[in-house]
Amino acid sequence: MAGTIAIKNGYVYDPLNEVDGEVMDIFIKNGKVVTELSAAEMKDAKEIDAKGKTVMPGGVDSHSHVAGAKVNTGRMMRPEDHYKYYQKKTPIAHSGCGYTVPSVYLGGYEYSKMGYTTVFEAAVPPMEARHTHEEMRSIPMLDMAGYLVLGNNWFLMRYLKEGDIDKAAAYVSWMMKTHKTYGIKCVNPAGVENWGWGENVSALDEANIHFEVTPEDIIKGLAEINEQLGIPMPMHLHANNLGHPGCWEITRDSLKIPKSIKAKPNTDVEWAETKMKAQRHQSVYLTHCQFNAFGGTSWRDFESGVKGITDYVNSNDHVVMDSGCVPFGDATVMTGDGPAIHDLYQLTGNKWSNTDVECECGSGVLPFTYLKSNPIHSVQWAMGLETLLYVKDAWKSIMTTDSPNGGPFTKYPQIIAWLMSNKARQDTFEECHKWASDRSGLASETREMSLSEIAIVTRANAARTTGLAHSKGTLAVGADGDVAVYDIDAKKIDVNDYESIIRGFQNASYTIKGGEVITQDGEILAIPEKNTFYSDIAIKADSEKEMLKDVKSWFKYYTIGFNNYPTPDKYLANPTPIKVNAER
Amino acid sequence: MILMAEVILKPIGNFDLTVEAEAITPDNFAGKTAVEIGEILIWQAPAQAKLSEFFSVEGNGGSSAEDTTITIDGDVPRVKRIGQEMTAGKIIIKGSTGMHVGNTMAGGEIIVEGNAESWPGMEMKGGLLHIKGDTLDHVGCAYRGSWHGMTGGRIVIDGNAKNQVGGGISGGEIIIGGNVDNFCGIRMNGGLIVVKGNAVRTTAAEMTGGVMVVGGRIEKFSPGFEMEAVECDLKFDDIECAGEFMKFTGDYAIPQKGKGTLYVSYENNECL
Repeated sequence: MAGTIAIKNGYVYDPLNEVDGEVMDIFIKNGKVVTELSAAEMKDAKEIDAKGKTVMPGGVDSHSHVAGAKVNTGRMMRPEDHYKYYQKKTPIAHSGCGYTVPSVYLGGYEYSKMGYTTVFEAAVPPMEARHTHEEMRSIPMLDMAGYLVLGNNWFLMRYLKEGDIDKAAAYVSWMMKTHKTYGIKCVNPAGVENWGWGENVSALDEANIHFEVTPEDIIKGLAEINEQLGIPMPMHLHANNLGHPGCWEITRDSLKIPKSIKAKPNTDVEWAETKMKAQRHQSVYLTHCQFNAFGGTSWRDFESGVKGITDYVNSNDHVVMDSGCVPFGDATVMTGDGPAIHDLYQLTGNKWSNTDVECECGSGVLPFTYLKSNPIHSVQWAMGLETLLYVKDAWKSIMTTDSPNGGPFTKYPQIIAWLMSNKARQDTFEECHKWASDRSGLASETREMSLSEIAIVTRANAARTTGLAHSKGTLAVGADGDVAVYDIDAKKIDVNDYESIIRGFQNASYTIKGGEVITQDGEILAIPEKNTFYSDIAIKADSEKEMLKDVKSWFKYYTIGFNNYPTPDKYLANPTPIKVNAER
Repeated sequence: MILMAEVILKPIGNFDLTVEAEAITPDNFAGKTAVEIGEILIWQAPAQAKLSEFFSVEGNGGSSAEDTTITIDGDVPRVKRIGQEMTAGKIIIKGSTGMHVGNTMAGGEIIVEGNAESWPGMEMKGGLLHIKGDTLDHVGCAYRGSWHGMTGGRIVIDGNAKNQVGGGISGGEIIIGGNVDNFCGIRMNGGLIVVKGNAVRTTAAEMTGGVMVVGGRIEKFSPGFEMEAVECDLKFDDIECAGEFMKFTGDYAIPQKGKGTLYVSYENNECL
């Protein structure tokens, strides 16, 4: 029977279901987790012996740049990223190449080999939604969704200036459906629009040119709209001033803005039977905290500002964040924050690209190499780990590299090793610039994450934060049959031997998707069906009609026609709407 | 006494489609008999074939790469990547060769008695690559898209080279006996480039370190350089450049405000 499997005797880590390393059998029938299989079903089922191995729900990456115009620009401008890193085709898998910006197929395979089964594209500019979906459709092995970039959108800025939250909400719900995207992404609010005029904004109360809205207006407005509509995930924020020494303060102050807004995710889905409440309660999801947590006032007195943010996160419950770790080595910096890329160009002299996306947003791309010998990069390495280790409750944090900004996602096993092993961190301190220990607090941090905490920051919390924990990030009955089995003996694990942790997480013994084994020890065994999620938000017909009148009259500022704007279903692999009912 | 083993390859095959011969290195031939060497697979376009289909093989490899000399007895302008990644030993090509000769080589010696096509010594790390004839673009340069070029070793071209000599070089030496075209030493940040003949334009553009010497005339001088002094008879270890030179620093046209040095023949560039 397809999608029916028994995974026996593994150490199971399923934090959403409060399972912490117990030896258990996991049964999957027709792609979904079930309590048990009957004797007749067992006869046809595939059986996996996971004795001495670690079993987790399939990995969920809630912030990664894997598809779309920006990623493709990275591919085009980086032939040097490709020629040394490639994979031959196999009877079922395509060939592919690219280390920090892999080709679509390779990206899917590499995530899958690490036991990841769901990945969110971190930034979809509305005009590039078609392109992004076309690439996502071609990324094998993974269920996917994308976040719509709305923080500098002309229509929204106009509505927010006029204080017309209802029309703004109608616009957001129409845009999500139109572009088949999942959540709201807010990048350098008000600043990217100014970049069109060679400027930026540097304070939360600084109004931008023409639209005269402030970052604060936009963060507040989008967070309100997000909860008014009941979108599955919190508003996803890339704060202002990113990458500038001292930016941690504006980041913390940005997090204060949505404090009083109550989370009201309102999705019409079947919930897996988890013991913990699987719905989010946060009203803001800060991304790549490390890049938003620079301390000091210049590159000369640069230091970690992470503690200022994590202190705030520890004492407030409306914030969740991902880390944006820097594992050293090659990276490709790509963001919707065009001016931040220009600043990096001036700093490094590397080749760079910038794009203005008409009435919507912007973006930039630049190759970058993080060196252990470089003082700033070494502090950034320490900061990325601080963002995870300083947050006391793992349910407030998610592990990412903001791939490929801090480094490619293929470095996740290395980051897990640093989180689990103080020795791994101390050994890296030996190799990198002394600023890492002088300008951050990491050297004296002795916390070592447990496998259960690793399961939280790499799947359970990513799923809960994005509102997909009804089916992902857990092995509770009713969840999707996405499982990762790692060759790590949870009872015998010695965190001082961190190389074995890296090896264990690098190539999952088995990656199972929908009850089907798709990779085994790094080899691709099957190419499963994949789903693409998007938020299908119900909205009153007449508010939509009023709003569309405005949109149509302003469409003259676009270079494309209104009818060519939406992304049709055929660009998506198995379009899977998540019903969001604003009316209920 | 070191006994050098010599393997002689004579081109006999059909080279209508170019052949990717990164397998031809002393490292790869060492410890193999002539027959075993003939069995090595190389790519020609989409198909793999035995080395012996393209070359007759005479002589066995030495016990190590260091003890192995490979002589290619003929013209092989359609054979690419000879000596790629070699670390020791010697290759003598008695005619002309194709692209990418001595790619990323780290040691040993390659002598090309004829011409070489583009990319000789790409991203080279060590050793000596001597081309007695002319070559084309990207001598000792970084791969496309990268600015991490040659880091060590020496490339000597007795004849002319064309564009992007030493692009992104950060160590080692390139000595061009003849002329170069455009972008010679672009983005260099270390190492030494000596051009005995003329250069066309964008010479040492965006340099941030290293030393470049042009003994002939630069047709269009880059705008971001400032003259510091006039010096006579330059000497860089065993490399000597006789005559009077104007010493410039630069390239100041980029945000990094480079600290490279560009010597230009006084006699041939009086207009500067």
